[in-house]
This record gives sequence, structure tokens and C-alpha cells, in this order.
Amino acid sequence: MTLSLLYAMAGAALCGIGLFGLLRLSHLLRRLLAFNIMGSGVFLIMVGLPQHQSGPDPVPQALVLTGIVVAIAATALAVVLIRRYYHQSGMTSLEGESGSREGGPL
Amino acid sequence: MTLWLMAGLLFTPLAWAVLTLLTDFVWGRRVTWVGILVQVFVSLGLWLTIAQNGGFYYDLGGWGAPLGIELRVDGLAVTFVLLTAAVASACGLHAGVYIDRHKPWHRYFWPLFWFLWSGLNAVWLGGDLFNLYVGLELISLSAVGLVALGGNANALRASVRYLLAALLGSLAYLLGVALIYGQFGTLSIAGVVAWLDNHSAPAGPGLALALMITGLALKTALFPLHRWLPPAHGIAKSPVSALLSALVVKASFYIAARLWLAFGESLGSLAAAQMVGLLGGAAVVWGSWLACKQAQLKQVVAYSSVAQIGYLFLLFPLTYSVSESISLQAQQGITLQVISHALAKAAMFLAAGNLILSVGSSRVDALAGVSRFLPFSLFSFGLAGVSLMSLPPSGGFAAKWLLLQASLGSGQWWWALVLLAGGLLSAAYLFRVYRASFAENPETDRFFHPSKSLEIIPMVLALMALGLEFVSEQVLSVMALPFAEEGAP
Amino acid sequence: MIRALRTCFIALACIAFSAVLAANIWAIAGVPGQGALPQLLSENMSRSGVEHPVTAVLLNFRSYDTLLEIGVLVIAGIAGISMSKTTSLEDPELRTSDPLLYALQRWFIPLMLVLAGYLLWAGADRPGGAFQAGAVLAATGVLMRLGGIPMDFLRPGLLLRLGLMLGFSVFLLAAVVSVIGGDAFLAYPPDMAKPLILVVESVLTLSIAMVLLALFVSAPVNDAEDPEEGDPS
Repeated sequence: MTLSLLYAMAGAALCGIGLFGLLRLSHLLRRLLAFNIMGSGVFLIMVGLPQHQSGPDPVPQALVLTGIVVAIAATALAVVLIRRYYHQSGMTSLEGESGSREGGPL
Repeated sequence: MTLWLMAGLLFTPLAWAVLTLLTDFVWGRRVTWVGILVQVFVSLGLWLTIAQNGGFYYDLGGWGAPLGIELRVDGLAVTFVLLTAAVASACGLHAGVYIDRHKPWHRYFWPLFWFLWSGLNAVWLGGDLFNLYVGLELISLSAVGLVALGGNANALRASVRYLLAALLGSLAYLLGVALIYGQFGTLSIAGVVAWLDNHSAPAGPGLALALMITGLALKTALFPLHRWLPPAHGIAKSPVSALLSALVVKASFYIAARLWLAFGESLGSLAAAQMVGLLGGAAVVWGSWLACKQAQLKQVVAYSSVAQIGYLFLLFPLTYSVSESISLQAQQGITLQVISHALAKAAMFLAAGNLILSVGSSRVDALAGVSRFLPFSLFSFGLAGVSLMSLPPSGGFAAKWLLLQASLGSGQWWWALVLLAGGLLSAAYLFRVYRASFAENPETDRFFHPSKSLEIIPMVLALMALGLEFVSEQVLSVMALPFAEEGAP
Repeated sequence: MIRALRTCFIALACIAFSAVLAANIWAIAGVPGQGALPQLLSENMSRSGVEHPVTAVLLNFRSYDTLLEIGVLVIAGIAGISMSKTTSLEDPELRTSDPLLYALQRWFIPLMLVLAGYLLWAGADRPGGAFQAGAVLAATGVLMRLGGIPMDFLRPGLLLRLGLMLGFSVFLLAAVVSVIGGDAFLAYPPDMAKPLILVVESVLTLSIAMVLLALFVSAPVNDAEDPEEGDPS
């Protein structure tokens, strides 16, 4: 069990934790943080797994750099949207309004 | 010549995106007209080139896979590029007239529009797994930006929900890519296929493929992961809804289909294929059922999208461990279904926008009297509906016919039931709209007449959807072209 | 009660997911590495124009990914400034009259700018590069904003949009340069690879910093909005 494989396993654990947060939490900023945790988990797996097999590999490192930039862009956009949503409606979560079941206009 | 066409195809949408970032709405519209012309010309040119010479691999940066990124330019890809050119031009032209030019934030519509177009092209042509991820993110973020543009609290809620769902889907896909790189050591789809051909069995089960298909199914709003679609598509402005329903959801489906056709036999399983098909069938029934109960016109059309997306996932069971000819039939049927649905749904959303503009309300029962006042738009809506109900001679009928043959030919007769039921159910919710529009309300006599150009565009799209069966031979022959196997690593 | 049950169910599902994922990783890790990618990379490094392999992958071998990724960043920036409808970003509450903070800023900001420049330059042969430098530059801007230093270029106007698109446009132009020479999209002419990459990285740094800063500053305090379709308002 090399260090890289440990990173990959930690990444798997982070994925599970992040997924739980994304699905179960209701506050939007916390869900966003959970998404970032899950993203970090995926990046750890992305680098750890190939490097365990064939040693230091620049390609997954470059991929993770690109992935981080994309995640930052998405997180920043989400924050701007959430801030504006809070400003317009005063709510910090998606549920909590009546009629959120299917069968009517959502 | 081909090199110039490819460069034009890749360069134009991105260049126009940055150009329109500097302009306001009116100037941006004029610049966009030029860009639409260029892009349609280039897409058509590429389609004709492939029709003549067959497909090829295009190495970006001059580096071949697996070191660099390669684009796979085959018949299916250029068919979708051409479809995107048609639908996006129509939506862009419609948006130029429909969207209020006086609101200052609408100037950002055009850059987001062009970035969306470039992301779509990147996905259709993609042959590299990570490149497809970046293309998906390009599409998702610009789509979310378009939904949220100038919106009120409801639109923002819909866009936040859409963004979270899209991000979860992309992350699941990326996790699958990470596992595939660990298993096969390459990121190009052709490279993985070549590895699978040379070796007997891959290390580890097909979790990677399952993760990727799940993530992409979430982005395509397959039942039961469809909750984000009706608010987003129903609340956005009509040209944006048209783009979303017609093209954006198809992008993630396209990737899922490509992956399944490349790796499905080796990494998938019969149970998985049947389950995906079953979810598709459930989507058809559930989406149609809910569409019948909606009070707002655009929500009806949005739930209709959920239902029609279910048909697409019949590709999975119909191409798993069946004969070559049946698989080809299923692929052709699904291709026609995608094309006809894109044209018909875009026409429907644009026409719905006209109708809502005319009666001043978004409810179905407020449509009373519109049959007398705005028959042209209502007729476009109706013609698009004909394609959705898969009546001959529309493209939808041709698609369903091929799928019926494939399902009966492979012994999976239960999908035929889904296809037939779907047609009947779509008639149910569409006739509900027609009935409301033919009713007369003696108290209502104030209608607003939208400009002529707004009405012509959905009619053109609906006629294209209708006439698809007549050109289907041509389209399908290009789609199934033999692929020149050069440069496959 | 129902909520607690649902939480338990989702928790169990996530634990199961992690376990399956870890098992899969373990299985894959047991098989020796399949790809020849690291080797292919070291063979082609001399033709890439930079010494550091990660920079070579980002800006030469897989430059299309980087181009699209900058596009994603610009999209986020556009969507962000489309929400910001204030005409002035001079928020009087944020101005500080704290002399200690001002003094600290006078030391920190030049240092951070120098650090950003170093990171950009170092990217050629050790970890660094356009995005890292851009992020530090953006952090400098955030510090300035929080410290109350007025930054006029962040008002939603032509200058801001020009700054957002400049880096991406230069990258796109560099991509097209080779097509005119008859080569593929994004294939740098071999002798011009290094200077092209340098120019692209420098302009990208400024643009990335501007995008991140604009996203930080987009303040949704204005109530102007579009009515929903079909609304009588």
C-alpha cells in the first residue's frame, strides 16, 4: 500500500462524505461545500490511482489542475446565484416552499 | 479544405463569444447574424465532406492520441453538428426579436449563446474522455447562466437546482474517467476500445462505466433523476428553453450512447441494459402522465421533454448482445428520434413563447380564443405535436418504426408496448392544449400580436421535423458511413 | 421520524458507495500499470517548448482542454457580472479607516504582486503557471477590496469585459496562427512554441485574475429583474 493508493482510498471516503452532504443537507452553501469535498475526493482518486501503478505521472496532475479550475468556476457561479437567490427571496434552501411535490407547477 | 472547415468549426463559436462580449444587445444581434451564417456554412460544408470521403480523426495541436487530444469526425458527429447549426440558428434568430433589448443585462445573452454552441460542438466531435468532461461543463455553465439571466426568485431557484444536478452528474462522470485512466492508461475512447480488443478481460468490474452512465443520465434527466428539468425548462425564456430541451439534454445522452456503443459489450451487463431501458419506459409513462396535469403551458412542454427523453434510453437494451443489423437499426432509430425531437421540441417551445406573448398569460386555460387570433403559431405548435405523437410522415414516426422493428427483431417485444403507449399518452397531453386553444372565452378580446419573424421560425422548424422522413435515407446513410481507421492508437 | 429514517437510508447508501468504490480502486491497483503515457511524454518533451512536464501537458499536448477550461472560467465571469446590476461598486461600508490595515496592505500588496509574477515565470520549469499566478493576483485584489481601496476597473463596463475576454482571445488567436500555416488547430509552429506559450500565459494570468475578482465582487443588491413569461407586470 503506497502513499498514492492511500490518497486514492481517502478520495473514495471523501466522495462518500461529499455525496451524503450534497443529498441530505438543505442549506445551499453547505451543499456547495459538500460538492467541493466530493470534487476533492475525485481529484485524489484521479492522481492517486495511476501514480500507484506507474509512479509519478504528469498527465493526471494536469487533468486535476484543469478540474480544479472548472470546479472553481462552477463554485463561484453557484455562490453568485445563491447570493442573488437569497437577496430576492430571503431563503437559503431550495425546499421550504409549499407545493414542492410533483403534480403541480414546481 | 477539410482543415479549414475544422478550424472554422472550432474557432467561430469561441471567437464570436468573445466578440459579442464587447457589444450591447442590438449590435450583438447583428454580429450573431454574421456568425450564424458562417457557422451554418461551415457545418454544411463539413457534412458534405464527410458524406463524400468518410470520417477521420483530427489531432488537435498536431499531437496524436494518447498523448494529445483527438476529435472523432464521423458521420454521426457531423449529423449532430448540422442539427445544432439548424436549431441554434433558429433559436438565435428568434431570441434576437423575442428578448427585450432595453434591459442592460441582456447583452450577456449572446456570449452565453455562443459558448453554449461551442460546447455542443466540442461534445459532438469529442473522442477524448476528459475533453468531453470539459465540454459538458462548458455546456452546463452556459445553460445555467442563460436560465438565470435576469431572472426573479423562481428562475434563480430553478437555475440553482439545475446547477447542483449538473455538477453532481459531471462529477460522477469524472470519477468514471479517473477509474478508466487507472484501468486502461489512456483517455481516448478509441484507445480504450483498442485495449479491450487486444486483452481478454479488464481488471475490476465495470463500475467506471456505471458511474459515467449514471452521471450522464442525471444530466439528461432520466427518470427518476429528472426533478431538475421541468422548473429549469419551464421558467427560462422560450428561446433558452428551446435550446435546452432540444440540444443540451441530448449532449449528455450522446456521450452516454457513444460510451455504451464503444464499451457496452465488454463492460456492461444485460441486467444494466434492461434496467436503463426500464427507466426509460417509466420516464415515458410518468412524464406524459404529469404533462397531462400541468396548469402552465411551458410546464406541459417541459414534462413532455421528460417523457420523450425516455425513448432515447431504449438504445441501451436494444444494442446489447444483439445482431449487427438490429443494433444498427436501433442506432438509426435513436438518431432519427433525437433529430426529430430536437426540431419538434424547439418548434414547440418557440411557438409556445409566441402564444404566451400573445395572450399575456402562461396558463393553458388562458389560451382560449388564440386559435382564431394567432393560428399560425398554433399551427406550428400542432405540427410539432404531430412529430411528437409519431404520426406519419413525420420524423418521429420513422424513428418509432425503426425502433419497433429493432425491438421485435431482437425478441424484446416489451419495448414495443412502451413505444405504442408513449404515442397515445403524448396525444393525450397535446390534445388538452388544442382543446384549450379552440375554446372561446367571451370576456377575452385583447391579444398582442407578435412580429411575423417570431412566427415563421417555429413553423420552419416544425416543417423540418415533419419532412424528416423524406430525407431520412440521406441522413441515415451519412450516419452509418464506414469510418476510415487511421490514427487509431 | 421520517426524516431521520431517510437520513439513515442515505447515509447507508453513501457508505456502501464509498466501500464499492474503494474495493474497485483496490482491484484496479492490483494490476500493473497499463499505459505508456509517461514514457511517451518524456520522449516528446523536447519538442514542447517548456521544461516542466505538467506545463507541457497543459499548454501544448492537451492545450485544447486548457482553452475550453478558460472558456468555462469566462462563462462563469459573464454569468456573474450579469447578476451584478449595481452602477457603483464603491461600498462605503467596506472602506476602512484603520491605519494598521492600510500599513499592512502597503507591505503585502507589492509582495503579492511580485509573487504572482514569479509564479508565472517559474511555470516553465517547475510547478507554477498561469492559473496559480492568476489566483494569487485575484487574492491581492480581494485584499485590496476588503481593505477599501477603490478599484474603478471593476465597474460593469467596457473595461471589465475587455479584461475578461483578453486572455481567452489571445489564446484563441495563438490557436489559429498555425491553421494559417496549414497545420491543425492549436499546433504551435515548432520554433515559436516557447514564446507563444509565454505570451499566452501572461495574458491569461491577467484575465483569470480579473474573472475571479469580478465574481467575488458581483454584489446582487439591485432589485431590477425580468418578469416571468406571461406575467401581466
